[in-house]
Amino acid sequence: MPTLTIDGKEVTVAPGTTVLQACEIVGVEVPRFCYHERLSIAGNCRMCLVEQEKAPKPIASCAMPAADNMVIHTNTPQVKKAREGVMEFLLINHPLDCPICDQGGECDLQDQSMAYGKGATRFHENKRAVKEKYMGPLIKTVMTRCIHCTRCVRFAEEVAGVEEIGAIGRGEHMEITTYLEQAMTSELSGNVIDLCPVGALTSKPYAFTARSWELEKVESVDVHDAVGSNIRVDFRGKEVMRVLPRLNEDINQEWISDKTRFAYDGLKRNRLDRPYVRKDGKLQEATWAEAFAAIAAKVNGLPGTKVAAIAGDLADLESMAALKDLMANLGSPNIDCRQDGAKLDASARASYLFNSTIAGIDKADALLIVGSNPRIEAPIINARIRQRWLGGGFRIGVIGEQPELTYDYDYLGAGPGTLGEVASGGHSFAEVLRGARNPMIIVGQGALARADGAAVLAAAREIADTYGMIVEGWNGFNVLHTAASRVGGLDLGFVPGEGGLDVEGILAGAQSGAVEVVYLLHADELDTSRLDNAFVIYQGSHGDQGVKHADIILPGAAYTEKNATWINTEGRVQLGNRAVFPPGDAREDWTIVRALSEGLTGGKLPYDNLGALRRRIAGEVAHVTAINDVVPAAWSTFGQSGPLGDAPFASAVTQHYLTNPICRASYIMAECHAVIEPAQEGTGTHG
Amino acid sequence: MSGVHAAPFVQPASFEFTPESMEQVNRHIAKYPKGRQQSAVMPLLDIAQRQNGGWLPEAAIRAIGELLGMPYIRVYEVASFYTMYNLVPVGRHFVQVCTTTPCWLRGSDQVMEACRQSLGVRNGHTSADGQFTLIEVECLGACVNAPMMQIGDDFYEDLDADSTRRILDDLKAGRTPAPGPQIDRQFSAPEGGPTTLKETA
Repeated sequence: MPTLTIDGKEVTVAPGTTVLQACEIVGVEVPRFCYHERLSIAGNCRMCLVEQEKAPKPIASCAMPAADNMVIHTNTPQVKKAREGVMEFLLINHPLDCPICDQGGECDLQDQSMAYGKGATRFHENKRAVKEKYMGPLIKTVMTRCIHCTRCVRFAEEVAGVEEIGAIGRGEHMEITTYLEQAMTSELSGNVIDLCPVGALTSKPYAFTARSWELEKVESVDVHDAVGSNIRVDFRGKEVMRVLPRLNEDINQEWISDKTRFAYDGLKRNRLDRPYVRKDGKLQEATWAEAFAAIAAKVNGLPGTKVAAIAGDLADLESMAALKDLMANLGSPNIDCRQDGAKLDASARASYLFNSTIAGIDKADALLIVGSNPRIEAPIINARIRQRWLGGGFRIGVIGEQPELTYDYDYLGAGPGTLGEVASGGHSFAEVLRGARNPMIIVGQGALARADGAAVLAAAREIADTYGMIVEGWNGFNVLHTAASRVGGLDLGFVPGEGGLDVEGILAGAQSGAVEVVYLLHADELDTSRLDNAFVIYQGSHGDQGVKHADIILPGAAYTEKNATWINTEGRVQLGNRAVFPPGDAREDWTIVRALSEGLTGGKLPYDNLGALRRRIAGEVAHVTAINDVVPAAWSTFGQSGPLGDAPFASAVTQHYLTNPICRASYIMAECHAVIEPAQEGTGTHG
Repeated sequence: MSGVHAAPFVQPASFEFTPESMEQVNRHIAKYPKGRQQSAVMPLLDIAQRQNGGWLPEAAIRAIGELLGMPYIRVYEVASFYTMYNLVPVGRHFVQVCTTTPCWLRGSDQVMEACRQSLGVRNGHTSADGQFTLIEVECLGACVNAPMMQIGDDFYEDLDADSTRRILDDLKAGRTPAPGPQIDRQFSAPEGGPTTLKETA
């Protein structure tokens, strides 16, 4: 434990800490461009120079390990002069185009030039100019502004795991580019925009649309996958202008996926902004009162068993709770939140959570992935697995598809047969799991949303039990969800009651006439043509799949337009906050259900505001009050042991950029789908 | 990346090492421990360049990346960093005239001018018949025999305008001029023969 003195303050730090990190510990700010705490140390910008006593010249603090008895000064005239010199060199070739630069106002170089810039130039020669590089549909480049910190190069290599960015040429002719200017094929590529300390890499969709200081900011939670990445929604007036990550070490660290960051333009297109009622076979604009009256006319008097409700992937906890209560009032047991038909067991909480937690991946030392492609189902979790894999001593086995992941793995087999072999100990990977201290298993929705899903779940549980995945302080049994709503729905018990129908039963019932009314809450990823015979009420934000056979459309709010609770795949309860109001007549979802209830059998639901509704939820699901926390679930026996099928496991997500109505309405996602997805399939840069 | 200006050209779609090249390639790869084959990237680039008439096509970069298990961009970084790799086609005789200070003081301007006139091309360009590419380069490390130029693998030293012209004429005629000092000097010994250490023990 080296002890050193920084500006007269003595501090003891862990071995391996750099001088720059030690400075941060004592609260001394050191300017930097190339250093980033989540990337390897490059030491090439030289901005972090500090003075070390007995050293002949200033040292780059980011690359100097802290050692015993070091005496560091960061506020001497020599340090200031050295940094001013570095800044002067950096500015030699940096254009003074801040007024037309999207980074302006949130630029490290701009900020630090306030402290270390000279105000006037001594450089009268020509500045160099560098041609723009194409990096794909998301990243706009102005390479003349590049200061060659290589953060983007290191990010692509280390975090994203796609070595596609590099520095070509040398000296004054060095340029950052992707290989032959191809689009970067990472689902995390947008993070290089945040990493770039200058305006060389900026957001292409956001280009020239707003200045950072004129935006209002709301902290919220992402819903494009089940990770629950922490985000900041920047908006101006009625419009969401961009989405940025928020730091959360337990979930997304400081990264977000491209889908999270760039699907926001889908919030402006294809929106449902007023109620519709089908009259004479055609959907016609209506008032809320007309829509509610049409529903009441159909539903009141109908036996509860003929009514059903399905909650989709983007339904928030509050609206699902309200809808569940409404269905109980109507006497219907036919409710289901497992839109994809996954055989998840709502009665055992541990059976559907990512129990180890995302941060728990750091502690694991063996991993078995079953029927999942984490890279496209949850890019953030995939990055965490890669981070752990880079640390070494982490064997990964995959059963299911053979995707190109960003880490090496042992491919064990395609289907349930291999799963059975591992469970019975007959497979060689069983030894790896047995020898591990903290082994974990990740079961994807692709392995559960099938006829033998319950048996697969049981086999996975058996593996967890057999190989010591469940021990004191460690639960390595993980289910990876793809929908932001799913865990919330299961926690609420939004599953069929006594004798109730599940999703498949509801669809079949609608075809046969056994079910006459189907309420779709943000449910779009269904074969809605099977609902043709039924009276369909669609509540949601976008005119997507769900409205195609709807008789009543109730315009709801998207995730940026409501205060709502989301429970991620770990079971972590997080609050999303409203940035903008829903468009037109659209309303927050729970209020629609509450307003509708007034005219229906069973009467008004007993909550008039969000607080009352949340208290009602907390009465049933106690852990929702533990905001931002994961309440561990008790281990039990779940799943139904039974014969496993033969069909190979397939990932639940086939089109990463088009998984929900918001993405499908987004032009940016459509372009990513067209440009990046074929490139990911077509080339393996590792040969 | 050398400063050669190429006329528009077509990148070959594929590149394959010949069996002879492959033998050398394997010899270089074998020098490094398993898992560290990437260390052989520079000799491999050189072998590919020699095989391909003095320049490295993009297909060769990919081929080497695949051979060594390296991402293409990493191979490209190396190939673009060193000036000795040509990423665009060059003439059969690649004439590099050193114009760094010692050579310049000793008359590299005349050497360069002689090349320009003899070959009829500007700095960085290739003659119309595709035989010669002329380029000014930084120090090639033969200052003791300045001024000098490198053609292919050979150094021609102690040049003046006349000897430069003669060498280029020889090459044009298909002859192979003798490399090394073009005056009465052995290697880097003093002009006219050694002045010290004449007696051998």
